[in-house]
Amino acid sequence: MPTVAVHTHVFARLVRSVAAANGMPTLRQAFVPQPVVGRTAEELRAYVDGTDPINQRSFIESVISGLTSPLDGQDLAGVSYTRATPRLLAADTEENLQTLFGENGWTDFSPVVLPTEERVAAMLAGTGHAPDEVVGRLRPTAYREYWEFTVEKVAVNAVMAGARPEYLPVILAMAASGISGRSSSTTSQATVALVNGPIRDEIGMNYGIGSMGPYSHANATIGRAYGLLSQNLQGGSVPHETYMGSQGNFLSYNSTFAEHEQASPWEPFHVQHGFKREDSTVSLFLGGWYTIFGGGPRETWEQKFTRSLQACDPYTGPIIALDPLVARGFVDRGFDTKQKLIDWCVEHARLPAREYWDNQWIQTLHRPRALAGIEPYASMLKAAPDELIRMFRPEDIHVVVVGGETGAMWKMIGGGPRLTMVHIDRWR
Amino acid sequence: MSPTIRVHDPRGYAPEVVGRQLAARLENLEGKTVYLVDCLFDNSDVFVEQLRRWFGEHLPATDVRTVRPKESWADDPDLRVRIESDGDAAILGVGL
Repeated sequence: MPTVAVHTHVFARLVRSVAAANGMPTLRQAFVPQPVVGRTAEELRAYVDGTDPINQRSFIESVISGLTSPLDGQDLAGVSYTRATPRLLAADTEENLQTLFGENGWTDFSPVVLPTEERVAAMLAGTGHAPDEVVGRLRPTAYREYWEFTVEKVAVNAVMAGARPEYLPVILAMAASGISGRSSSTTSQATVALVNGPIRDEIGMNYGIGSMGPYSHANATIGRAYGLLSQNLQGGSVPHETYMGSQGNFLSYNSTFAEHEQASPWEPFHVQHGFKREDSTVSLFLGGWYTIFGGGPRETWEQKFTRSLQACDPYTGPIIALDPLVARGFVDRGFDTKQKLIDWCVEHARLPAREYWDNQWIQTLHRPRALAGIEPYASMLKAAPDELIRMFRPEDIHVVVVGGETGAMWKMIGGGPRLTMVHIDRWR
Repeated sequence: MSPTIRVHDPRGYAPEVVGRQLAARLENLEGKTVYLVDCLFDNSDVFVEQLRRWFGEHLPATDVRTVRPKESWADDPDLRVRIESDGDAAILGVGL
């Protein structure tokens, strides 16, 4: 059936490259100016009556001719091609190779450790898996094609990040997750990674003082490796083509940390989710949009927590990261499990219905579910505009314990609605 | 002269791209059924309604029907079947 897809103009390069990767580079596409969000009916009518800023003709002409203009030979044939990736690059000087890696978008704009054959072989000693074993597939968004990769390709990126061989099982587990650390979302998602289990101590991860900052070789290079492997193994993370995050995200550099299980008064995160305490896991949260900070719990903690929860994005429940001092403070107040604290948060995180439904992502993602009768959204949509409705379900909120007990501090970090957990031990 | 070294290519393996033929175009839209698929992005319904109105004003002999998938960012096989069974063309918008 003849179709025309309508996009806003800032996505032109992206949608054309997606069409090409699907074998249809001449797919008919029409463009209107960005943005559509927030524009009135009159303004959008002007888009319809106006000029297609990419095709440089009237928008309506783009649409009508897209449905009615005769096809040519390329339309009928499509375009087939292969994109081979060599194992090794041509020999060159270290300086030239650093330049090549930078210019090709294979780095995070800091120098990398060049992945020589010797360094990659040494890295591969960190796993018992064969170098040519396929680890998984990644893509920057659901609309792009998956790229595949092997253990050796993951090891190459681990070398580039400066990681040590003993970190490789963690990095392989992250790669195997299918979750990219370089998501292309316009919302500028980062992927927050939490490590649990014995491997934390085996490889020297920091879950004490400064554990969310640059104070651990393992934390720093595992997180960097995850970013580099994501962009390189998924087919890139290039603005306008494979990355469209409007503002970007500092947490994309690195948001890998470990839970302080020893100092926590509660079950470790992975045990909450059905793993054994002796298992090692990495949990990946697509989110990282916001961070809210506080101390306590003090006398007015309920007011502070309520306001902080209300300030969270309603589409993305928080990861509540508590210093062990804070966690024990909550135990003293009767929260003897993480779940009790989560349940309190669910009950108190409320917004007026009009404000909840006015959120762009709630509007885009939950409203259609509500209209389709899917609960709890269908019932929430029936609420009066001023009625306070729950922002989150229990599964949307996560509690972890991290920190060095130098201060009773906590953070709420955007965790996102998707949690993926991977068993690290499989990749030893 | 600086010594040269060989290093690994850090990229993954892209899938083979298989060319696909575009569907035959219509001679014109007169008397045809065109589905306007609202992709459910925020405010796309308002844009799609303006496009529907344009057709009503300028191509009244074209039967333009606005439809929406059940969920955002997910295929809707039932809707796809419906459009293929009684539609002549489709316009999808406004999405990324």
